[in-house]
Amino acid sequence: MWSMRDWSVRHAHHLARLYVVFEHLMVVVGPLVRLIGHDRLERPVAAVERTIKGTLFDCRMCGACVLSSTGMSCPRNCPKDLLNGPCGGVRADGTCEILPDMTCVWVKAVEGDRNMGGGTIALLPASDHRLVRRSSWLRVLRQRSAERAR
Amino acid sequence: MKSPGQLEARLAAGDFVITAETTPPDAATSEAVMERTGCLKGLVDAVNVTDGAGARTHMSALPCAAILAANGIEPVLQFTVRDRNRLAIQGDMIGAAALGVPSILCLHGDSITKGDQPDAKAVEDTDSRGLISMARQMRDEGCLPSGRTIDPPPGLLIGAADTPRDPGAGFNTDGLDAKIAAGVDFFQTQFAYDIEVLKRYMAALDDHGITRKTRFIVGVGPIMSARSARWMDANLFGVHVPEHVIRRIEGAADEKEEGRKVCAELIEQFREIKGIAGAHMMAPRGEKAIARTLTDYRIRG
Repeated sequence: MWSMRDWSVRHAHHLARLYVVFEHLMVVVGPLVRLIGHDRLERPVAAVERTIKGTLFDCRMCGACVLSSTGMSCPRNCPKDLLNGPCGGVRADGTCEILPDMTCVWVKAVEGDRNMGGGTIALLPASDHRLVRRSSWLRVLRQRSAERAR
Repeated sequence: MKSPGQLEARLAAGDFVITAETTPPDAATSEAVMERTGCLKGLVDAVNVTDGAGARTHMSALPCAAILAANGIEPVLQFTVRDRNRLAIQGDMIGAAALGVPSILCLHGDSITKGDQPDAKAVEDTDSRGLISMARQMRDEGCLPSGRTIDPPPGLLIGAADTPRDPGAGFNTDGLDAKIAAGVDFFQTQFAYDIEVLKRYMAALDDHGITRKTRFIVGVGPIMSARSARWMDANLFGVHVPEHVIRRIEGAADEKEEGRKVCAELIEQFREIKGIAGAHMMAPRGEKAIARTLTDYRIRG
């Protein structure tokens, strides 16, 4: 049931590298995106993002993607929505206290972090709930373009 | 009686009541609460305590209401569904009654995106109608939605909000009827500065039998300036300040004084309108202006 998600964590290092390339490409096509208009692209890009990230990570479209800081294990799949490490209910075998069939997303995050070379897990601030259901890619693109402009 | 409060007793007796509104302070002492709201003591039948008004954090409403109650000011505790889920709200309703709060007002709450932390998560686990029926069930059936007994149950008089409007074609009272069916005992309304609209609205409610089922406490307040009147007219949902009222305040030597006078005159007119059970005075950060209006014009419930 969680096989795709587990595969992504196992291959976290490749996915991380792929994402760096992808982000670079996004910045390259940035002017084109601006020409079409971010708002006009929001829905189609969000749909593509939902499909790809939904398949790979069981993405919940929080709009504030943190996969690079959580070993490519999406913390939004935690039933308690914990963004900074596991709760005290992780079972001895690493499964979730609420969904016993599922390995704790934070156990997976530590595995993914190790695969990415370690040290990638960062303290995350409370999330911006205005971004829910919006494209995280477009948001990052907008940020990068703004940084470049400066 | 459903609650131990004076508000219910006076409404039941058919008296004209005066309620006011206060916002809890950004300060961590009970003295700060009384400093702001103490001026209303003895002047009004009850004081509403807002719950995160404008989607901004202040001292939470429940302790503020408890401080007022302990100091001889009867509170109406406002509940919104924005910041707490049903478990927290039910617990707070029981706790409110334990701390001497006799009445509550069930609201949705201002949108979190309009506040000063728009990135925060809105809870919205239920809606205002859900709040009303929860409170009614806890009070009348003495149990939680889960069926677990509350003994003794919270004796809370249940209020809801309404907005007076011109009853045009297709006017119906479905929303009010639903809230009354859910368990509302009284309504407090948005500002009603347009007396002609209010008269037509109350007449329509009377035609629909609403005024026989519940009590209406109509919103009004001392207008601080012509500029403030224009702002309310343009920005506050459901509020219309007629141009002649704005002109009158603009043309006065003392705009604040004229604003209080307009408010006092409206309250006198409310008394003559069938179906109106009282006036609910609101003025953001204007507790002292409310108190002054009441004393200067000798307005009593």
